[in-house]
Amino acid sequence: MANLKDTAVKAVQGVALWLEERLHITKMWNATAGHAIPKSAASWFYVFGSGTLLCFIIQIVTGICLALVYQPTGADSYQSLEHLTYVTPLGWYLRALHYWGSNFMVAIMFLHMVQVFMFGAFKYPRELNWISGVILMLLTLGMAFSGQVVRWDADAYWGLGIGVAIMGRIPIIGPEVVHWFLGGPIIAGETLSRFFTLHVFVLPGAILALVALHLRLVLTTGINEYPEPGKKVVKETYLKEYDELVHGEGGMPFAPDGIGKDVAFAGFVIGLIAICAFVFGPKGPEALPDPTLIRTAPRPDWAFMWIFAVASLIPDWSETIVLLVAPMIGILVLIALPFYANTGEKSWKARPVSVLVVAVGVVALCVLTWAGIASPWSPPMEAWKADPTPEKLLVGRTPLERQGALVFQNKQCRNCHALEGSGGFRGPLLDDVAARLTPDQMVRQVIQGGGNMPAYGKNLNPAEVEALVAYMKTLKPANVPAASDMTRPNAPTPGAPAAKPAHTEEEGHKTAGL
Amino acid sequence: MSSHTQKHQDHGDEHVGKPPESAGCCGGMFKEAKKDPTRRDFILLIGSGLNVVAGMLMGIPVLGFLMSSWKRRSPHKWLSVGALSKFPESTTRLASYTNPGAQKWDGPLAQIPCWVRRLEGEKFQVFAINCTHLGCPVRYFEESKLFMCPCHGGVFYQDGRHAAGPPPRGLYEYEYKVENGELLVDAGQIPTLSQPV
Repeated sequence: MANLKDTAVKAVQGVALWLEERLHITKMWNATAGHAIPKSAASWFYVFGSGTLLCFIIQIVTGICLALVYQPTGADSYQSLEHLTYVTPLGWYLRALHYWGSNFMVAIMFLHMVQVFMFGAFKYPRELNWISGVILMLLTLGMAFSGQVVRWDADAYWGLGIGVAIMGRIPIIGPEVVHWFLGGPIIAGETLSRFFTLHVFVLPGAILALVALHLRLVLTTGINEYPEPGKKVVKETYLKEYDELVHGEGGMPFAPDGIGKDVAFAGFVIGLIAICAFVFGPKGPEALPDPTLIRTAPRPDWAFMWIFAVASLIPDWSETIVLLVAPMIGILVLIALPFYANTGEKSWKARPVSVLVVAVGVVALCVLTWAGIASPWSPPMEAWKADPTPEKLLVGRTPLERQGALVFQNKQCRNCHALEGSGGFRGPLLDDVAARLTPDQMVRQVIQGGGNMPAYGKNLNPAEVEALVAYMKTLKPANVPAASDMTRPNAPTPGAPAAKPAHTEEEGHKTAGL
Repeated sequence: MSSHTQKHQDHGDEHVGKPPESAGCCGGMFKEAKKDPTRRDFILLIGSGLNVVAGMLMGIPVLGFLMSSWKRRSPHKWLSVGALSKFPESTTRLASYTNPGAQKWDGPLAQIPCWVRRLEGEKFQVFAINCTHLGCPVRYFEESKLFMCPCHGGVFYQDGRHAAGPPPRGLYEYEYKVENGELLVDAGQIPTLSQPV
């Protein structure tokens, strides 16, 4: 028995040695997974890089599965997505894993970037780690955008239209860029083929190559030690100090000693992606990607929602500059960062400006994303016929005033002006318009427009204006006086009995009770 | 030679940058090359030249292929958006034309929508569907005679003029003509600010 065991051990050892002699496994291990890291770097803050890579691997595996069924043509891609979702066994789950994997990849990549920035890991000698990371971030966002395109639905089609409209603002070469982006003069089947190629060959290939470089740099420059305030990076001494740290008492091999938290985080991320995929399922495809079905309100995926919001919130004159130049400046600033702040303090505790930049950046991104999701500037196109006029804004009104309420709905006013919180928020709420505008001002505003409102002059006849203004005069809270014009304090108001007081909620209910 | 190989194995690849006997890589071999520079240099030179020529034979066509979408502009063609009878006077109707470059695998993508406003007789205005702000599809409302954009709230009057919101100009308008009872438009590319139809 013992003999048998010895023989077995010897056989295994023999095979291992045979392989070792040819593959130099020990050396490879020591130079890669077993490389020395500072003990302080085995921190929960250091798990986001491996987490992003893990998500990318999940994306490759699930993406290959999806590509087995998906058809990248204008005629068939929507049907193939539906087939994947409803017919292919577990197709829905693979699509959901791929969608949630991409969400987690973008999110964890962002955490990784923030952590690296806060911990000063971009400083000497890790400038190239940071720059390759910035390019990886851009490639990942490219994957998110092209992924949104190959999920070929109405949002994908019109999302391309938005991309085209931004690129079309480039001076001189705009049309060439647009045609190159689309693979032709118009969004067509070739556009989809092009984004499919980008999404499954070009960008993942580039990501793999850059990940190789990124990891190679991690090995050559070493993992950043956990920074302490007051411990400044000095170019002349850093490399020597780091070498002494990782090869002395303060160091240990990444695997097996320092990898534990990465492994735990990996399990957590995989589990979370699986749970999200299982519970929430895949996204879309939503409306049919048929350009002639224009009853659609295109929205980008959440990772680009902030851009959608920026495009609405900045002043109109600045749009071309902000949309074209600001991204370039942003990328240049990110690339220049490790050279601008090459040495000195690493710890965020000693870098208040960096903390402020991150705080403001995160808050801005969150607020813009939230604003993009809410998009109060987008008129809800069905509000004029779908949103009921609130009951209490109708009771007790005269026939003329009610006629005005009808004009208000029929002329699509509701698409931009909400009543009691329902309708559009593009223009001011009209619940209290009578407290803000005199009837004269209402007439002028309706007829001439202005202040970001179209002029309705040609599209309303005098009777409609009269009814509309009569109705608007009733829209104000009970305890607020009606707006008055100091030059004409007792002016008769058009279309309504002059002495009649504005309606209040209370009066309305009384009238209804009678 | 054997001792050199042994050494190489011991120190591993990480140290080849600093071999003790020479400043360059792989010392011994490098010195040997110096003895007979002309023939090896010549082959390297010819080989490199061959690569450049052969690389151009491949590389230029690859670039040409990739850039060919620049040339694939639609030839100026008159495209039908439908018979005149589809467009009653003083109405604005949604219509579409077939992308002249469409392939049969494009499916529904081949149809490109546009808004046709018939003023009277053979007087028309044909607007591109794309908002001039960021290209979203504008919708027409007959009651208020306005085009509204669902993305950022751009509004246009029925004649295409900018009425409100962020768009920097009025709607893009196609050239049109009437032939054999059909309305034809000069279209075929997505309009942008730098190349309006």
